[in-house]
Amino acid sequence: MASDWRRYTRTLRRFWGTALAGQLEYQLNLLIELLAMAGNLAGSLFVLSLFYGNGSGGSGPGLGGWSWPEAQVVLGVYTLLDGVSSTLLRPNLSRIVTHVQEGTLDFVLLKPIDSQFWLSARTVSPAGLPEIAVGLALMLGAGLKVGARLDAATLALVAVLLLSSTVILYALWFLLATTSIWFVKTWNATEVLRAALAAGRYPITAYPAGLRTLFTLVLPVAFLTTVPAEAVLGRVSGPWALASLGVAAGFLLLSRAFWRFALRFYTSASS
Amino acid sequence: MSTRLSLARGLRIARVLLSTQYAYMLEYRAEIALWALSGVLPFIMLGVWSAALAAGGDDAGLGLGLSQAELARYFLGAFIARQFTVVWVVWAFEEDSLAGRLSPYLLQPLQPLWRYVAAHLAEQATRLPFVAVIAALFFLLQPAAFALPSPGRFLLAVLAIWLAFAIHFLLQSLIAILCFWSERAQALERLLFIPYLFLSGLVAPLAAFPPGVRQVAFFTPFPHMIGFPAQLLAGLEVSIASSFAAMAGWIALLLPLTALAWRAGVRRYTAMGA
Repeated sequence: MASDWRRYTRTLRRFWGTALAGQLEYQLNLLIELLAMAGNLAGSLFVLSLFYGNGSGGSGPGLGGWSWPEAQVVLGVYTLLDGVSSTLLRPNLSRIVTHVQEGTLDFVLLKPIDSQFWLSARTVSPAGLPEIAVGLALMLGAGLKVGARLDAATLALVAVLLLSSTVILYALWFLLATTSIWFVKTWNATEVLRAALAAGRYPITAYPAGLRTLFTLVLPVAFLTTVPAEAVLGRVSGPWALASLGVAAGFLLLSRAFWRFALRFYTSASS
Repeated sequence: MSTRLSLARGLRIARVLLSTQYAYMLEYRAEIALWALSGVLPFIMLGVWSAALAAGGDDAGLGLGLSQAELARYFLGAFIARQFTVVWVVWAFEEDSLAGRLSPYLLQPLQPLWRYVAAHLAEQATRLPFVAVIAALFFLLQPAAFALPSPGRFLLAVLAIWLAFAIHFLLQSLIAILCFWSERAQALERLLFIPYLFLSGLVAPLAAFPPGVRQVAFFTPFPHMIGFPAQLLAGLEVSIASSFAAMAGWIALLLPLTALAWRAGVRRYTAMGA
């Protein structure tokens, strides 16, 4: 068991070391990423400010009872998660479809290492790192502005809930990518997922009742951004925090079981 | 005589291109349906805006000047306008030029960009039934918002959407043509998408913008590309003549620019086998 763990961490270090060395060759890309991040964040903040009276000069109705800095905390969490997904999730999970299409999944399955691990952690991209940094700064900075007490216990809870969000996001994406074993071209389905997750830019109470239910029970957007943001503000309730962990564990196990199930139907590209 | 001949030839080429591309796109209708679904952003934004409007009471200091029903129709209009102005020429062109498929196209007596125009129009025709179903579902869920635009308004909206498509296509073609010089041209498309996303009216009606930002936005082509057709479809108050004039102006600027860039680019073309 212990040697297994060591083998996987060593493999991970090799994977990511080579990936970073390869990507740092393209410096122009980094500049474009930085510009895109700044533009996207400025645009999102601007749209958010429209609900707080920026358009009319008044105070505005706000979003579901969240004050202006509190709403910024949610946007910070969203930006952070978006950065994590461009760094870890997108570079790996968007390739699964290609592996199935081109038959290179055979080579992955033959390797003496868990195939889900290989497919999920093969590479890493520094493109999302600035977004992670800016998202963290916005999340904590806006939290401090409303007087959130960021002691060690709060920060630990925030870290756990953010990890849980990342796991939910990963598992959802992996579940959809797994369907490519049957349908081959599910690249567009993951686009639909990404488009729907944009709802996480705003606190869940900013939506009408019907959408709120949809974003909590069907597509767990509430757990992705609202719950960690509430933890930053020191007002997350026990049941919500536990539910977040439960949803994360459930989705992770589901993705694992579904991948094993799907592999039984995999018949390789040439057979 | 010769002009009549060339007109007949042009029509024949258009018919063949459109019918082959339509047959091709029909093969991919499941994927195109998913693409159509991935344009849900206006509906998400409708949720946020309508809840804010409801929370704040009558207009709530949002500066929208719209009722709930008008707001719902505006975002449905934005969804429809977006569906029929989606452009992907930069990806298709980059793939074709890297794979060397562009070389035979260049030998044909037809400007290759027309082939992409036909592909886009065929894809829009394939999208049409899905968009109609989504619009019908939308009104079923929100019966209070139901209202159809008058026939005159509807025709103006169709014209506006076509012009918006033309502007978007020309803008993205300019970026695609940069592929002749740099392989990173696609990354520029990401940067172009940002002002398009925030200034076009896809995420917020421009009436909600502070006056200064709104004025700046109207110096760009973006508000005419989604917001204007959406307002026409929703039956809202809108300055029709000035928006059409602005769109005509942008096309008059972009069309010769694209033609010039194309001529300069083709001279640099050195793909495999060329």
